Amino acid sequence: MKSFPQFAAGMVVILSPGVDMPVANAETLLDKEKQILPVPHPRGKYHHPTHSDQNYAFLRADVLEYRPGRDDSDFRWDIQGWYGGDFNRLWFKTEGERNTAFKAEHDIDMQLLYGRFIGKYYDVQIGVRGETQTVRGKDVARAHAVIGFQGLAPYRYEVESALFISQQGDVSVRFQTSRDFLLTQRLILQGRFETHAAVQKVEKFTTGQGLNNIELGLRLRYEIRREIAPYIGISYDRSFFRTADLVREEGGDSSQVRFVAGVQLWL
Amino acid sequence: MNDPISRRAFLKRSGALGTFAALDWMLPIYARSDSLSVVTPTTQLSGDVINLTIARTPFRIDDHIATATTINGTVPGPLLHLREGQDITLNVTNHLDETSSIHWHGILLPPEMDGVPGISFPGIEPGATFSYRFTIRQYGTYWFHSHSGGQEQAGVYAPMIIDPIEPDPVKYDREYVIMLSDWSFSSVDSMIEKLKKQPGYFNFQKRTLGDFIQDAMRDGWRPALDDYLMWARMRMDPTDLADVTGHAYTYLMNGLTPAANWTGLFHPGERIRLRFIQVGVMTFQDIRIPGLGMTVVQADGQNVQPVEVDEFRIGPAETYDVIVEPKEERAYTIFAETLDRSGFARGTLAPRPGMAAEVPSRRPRSLRTMADMGMQHMSGVDHGNHAPGNATMGEPEEGTQHDTPDRHGEHAKEGIHGRHDRHAQPGFPDSRPVRHGTDDHGSGNQFIPDFTQSRMDEPGIGLGNDGRRVLVYTDLKSLKPYPDQREPERELEIHLTGHMERFIWSFDGEKYSDAKESILFRHGERLRWIFVNDTMMEHTMHLHGTWMYLENGAGAYLPRKHTVLVKPAERVSVAITADAPGPWAFHCHLLLHMETGMFRVVEILDAAPGTES
Repeated sequence: MKSFPQFAAGMVVILSPGVDMPVANAETLLDKEKQILPVPHPRGKYHHPTHSDQNYAFLRADVLEYRPGRDDSDFRWDIQGWYGGDFNRLWFKTEGERNTAFKAEHDIDMQLLYGRFIGKYYDVQIGVRGETQTVRGKDVARAHAVIGFQGLAPYRYEVESALFISQQGDVSVRFQTSRDFLLTQRLILQGRFETHAAVQKVEKFTTGQGLNNIELGLRLRYEIRREIAPYIGISYDRSFFRTADLVREEGGDSSQVRFVAGVQLWL
Repeated sequence: MNDPISRRAFLKRSGALGTFAALDWMLPIYARSDSLSVVTPTTQLSGDVINLTIARTPFRIDDHIATATTINGTVPGPLLHLREGQDITLNVTNHLDETSSIHWHGILLPPEMDGVPGISFPGIEPGATFSYRFTIRQYGTYWFHSHSGGQEQAGVYAPMIIDPIEPDPVKYDREYVIMLSDWSFSSVDSMIEKLKKQPGYFNFQKRTLGDFIQDAMRDGWRPALDDYLMWARMRMDPTDLADVTGHAYTYLMNGLTPAANWTGLFHPGERIRLRFIQVGVMTFQDIRIPGLGMTVVQADGQNVQPVEVDEFRIGPAETYDVIVEPKEERAYTIFAETLDRSGFARGTLAPRPGMAAEVPSRRPRSLRTMADMGMQHMSGVDHGNHAPGNATMGEPEEGTQHDTPDRHGEHAKEGIHGRHDRHAQPGFPDSRPVRHGTDDHGSGNQFIPDFTQSRMDEPGIGLGNDGRRVLVYTDLKSLKPYPDQREPERELEIHLTGHMERFIWSFDGEKYSDAKESILFRHGERLRWIFVNDTMMEHTMHLHGTWMYLENGAGAYLPRKHTVLVKPAERVSVAITADAPGPWAFHCHLLLHMETGMFRVVEILDAAPGTES
């Protein structure tokens, strides 16, 4: 250490007689058992010094898109949100599309769920789902009980899965996952996979037994802000087995590729 | 010398914050500006009764006019220039439409004067005045700030310099306060809300496809892919260096932007004392003055044995006083780069107004490593420029108690008073890795490191690998020994925990709202408190009411601090003399971490009758 004349002068003052010298105390031991702690006084009824129990409201449109078609254009959405704190949330989800693969005019799906944060990465959700379709002007609807989970899986896959039991006792499942790939800080490619399967055949809802369909999507978005990201993409949807037959019977395509343009939003 | 001011007038003005007063005519940008913008400190208050007013005030940030929350109308607020031994009355009037408060950071005072709403007192209601009265029992560089919600970030902070009764051991010809802060046009509440909904909201330095290709060209495709996949598997982001970045912050020096260039004047050959105060509520900064060495003489207002450095890191609420001696008749840039390199504050030391030196470019941002995750036994590609921790570590041990082998020989040699210490290396326990216990702190905590260890001898991420001498905590030695040299009788451990994906911050996995019971200290006891950082972020632990003595191996010369920086996967051990009865706040001084739950109450209490051991 370099010597500092000014410091040396100062240190003489400080270290002159009268300074408390260290008191060695070798006798004290770390003895947790020996310690008896005092009883705290009750504190006044002040409001909290922090806001760590605050609730928030979140709404996100992961898919909100227009799908141009040769003879008919249509749109699709996948929107969800929650209200609550870090551990307990009330979820709302809606998905829907106009002009589906199986030629329904509308297919709209809504869920209201309670979610509890567990296992460090997942919200376990239970609640209800209402589903309505309009096929050639005729409305059909049904309700389901829902148990599901969603969260962030290893390798940063966003996953969302649910088991549905309809009011008639029909059981079906849905699994969806997506992953973001950063091309730049704002240009982001999202890969998305979704599949449905059912235990029972429900013709009214164009659902066959077993695997119903898979959908693969790639969407390239640009985050103007984190909250607003227009995108373009491509989506491939294919129905399988009995479901594919039902789709064809309805006059639809059991396999189709669609171009999409939309915007991801959240607030 | 073509100096417009006589030396005599010059020196007179330069007492403490002198050139603040001179700023409006010194800087062209300020000469041009209208009265609206003059909210840089122009006042220095002294005396036994001081009146302070908290209110909303227009504040200029380059070409924008914002509204700041101010003390006496300026950002920073007025400099309080006080004297050790003084009985002070501080009347604080709240002109906001919400509760406010002032906390005197690092000041020893009665608990009801500490200014933490919800703990010390109910807070200052709108329109009300609260009189803080206490006797000043210390000296050095301090500061004060609001302890209510996001008001601190919005501008409620100011320096407090206390002169010693005895002659100051530090000699200098001139002094400047350098308050570093992070200004945002967004509120703390809205920032928390964004981060709760989208982790990484403010991070625009994530790894992209381009980075991957670069890494693959350098390291090979397979190692690069393995590295990316490893981080992805853990659901962690190695670029997670700061929760809030230069994307949302403008970094200020004494309330001025880099463009406004705060300037302190000097005559070549003078010894200048720079009193750095980190106000930035979410910002760690690396300070250097290219061309000048700095001699650290005070940390958190406490004199330390002089340490010569080229650079030092200062975390939220820490203070460092340094001496610089510019010999040349030229300008020097004071460069305060953020830890994540997303921004900087800048000022100038110059012999004449209007001069400027080159502003260095920011260094590339680092990457977190396996060492930051406490997973040094895993193989990972370490291509951050983070100085790897001690490469040859002993076999990790279970539990917290063990005799520590000496990996800091020079400290052992400096052991001054031959104490009979339990530890082979006095005051530096647990310098070897300690395995984390089985408690993973629940879902509110994302991750536990396999091992934590003292990293007081490490400069920290992004520092120490470019030949610059960087201050480390093991450099800090008190100028004189403090009276209480007892070996701690009791040892407590607290884990710093959190969840990046939900922006939860907590201790031992519980945020404050879920764990309101106090941490109890017995009045008069000497205890050891070990901070175990289970997260991969830096935190600064601030204990109100009394000092924390860094157990850094300095023997009888342990330095004491009010705010202690804890690095990722670090165990920091402090000794505490529980000499201040009352309820005290203990929290991370990153404001967003405190607000989301990294907060506790420490109660220092006399033992109930009959329970004395």
